[in-house]
Amino acid sequence: MVEWTEQERSIINNIFSNLDYDDIGPKALARCLIVYPWTQRYFASFGNLYNADAIKTNPNIAAHGTKVLHGLDRAVKNLDNIKATYAELSVLHSEKLHVDPDNFKLLADCLTIVIAAKLGNAFNPEVQATFQKFLAVVVSALGRQYH
Amino acid sequence: MSLSDKDKSLVKGIWAKAEGKAAELGAEAVARMLVAYPQTKTYFSQWGDLSPGSAKVKKHGATVMTALGQVVKNIDNITGFLSSLSELHAFKLRVDPANFKILGHNIILVFAMYFPAEFTPEVHVAVDKFLQNVALGLSEKYR
Repeated sequence: MVEWTEQERSIINNIFSNLDYDDIGPKALARCLIVYPWTQRYFASFGNLYNADAIKTNPNIAAHGTKVLHGLDRAVKNLDNIKATYAELSVLHSEKLHVDPDNFKLLADCLTIVIAAKLGNAFNPEVQATFQKFLAVVVSALGRQYH
Repeated sequence: MSLSDKDKSLVKGIWAKAEGKAAELGAEAVARMLVAYPQTKTYFSQWGDLSPGSAKVKKHGATVMTALGQVVKNIDNITGFLSSLSELHAFKLRVDPANFKILGHNIILVFAMYFPAEFTPEVHVAVDKFLQNVALGLSEKYR
């Protein structure tokens, strides 16, 4: 079971309560598709992903980015039970979406970088470590039901 | 994943912007690596104080960023230029090459923090590729 200190819970809740989901979500997903272009394989039906500008302005990608970020809310609200909280989503990503679980880490890294860019110095080493710990737990839970 | 002319140009561009703050960026990157990835501390046990403000951590950050600046100037021959540094990392320091990726991530994060407008996704992918090539060059002599 993952242990969270009061400090870590506070940091995580703070980040998410001050987050502009409609800004950060799209930016994180677009960055992932541009920096790791092989991830585009999962978005063939989303329209024009031909170049960086097309990706950045694609409304389907933007909407999906926001959706994914809101998906993290579940983990924030259930910090002590992330594994069970994401069991269904894990099955979905494995059985229906067929996403290589290595990709979860790529998106997590892009999200970290986008939030670091937004928060600047407020994203100090301790906040970074806590946020990355949170995302690592989420990533692990999402990969749990693969077989 | 080799560097295109555009990648090289973007890397040179962002590095030129960062030149004045190289030491600070390096210090931040190394500090964050030690805090967020505690397993990396195993390589610096002889330093004692591994907190972000420590003089040794700051100095090492500056050393790393200065070296990377030199690699940027020799971007057409990364592996050749890194030959002796590769030997150092392979035979003396014996750093597990997986850690190059970890430090790379923190360097990228610090760039994004300090240059949020300039560190666009296009610049990000170029720098990511560059650092991957650096990691490859540094691992060249390992076995």
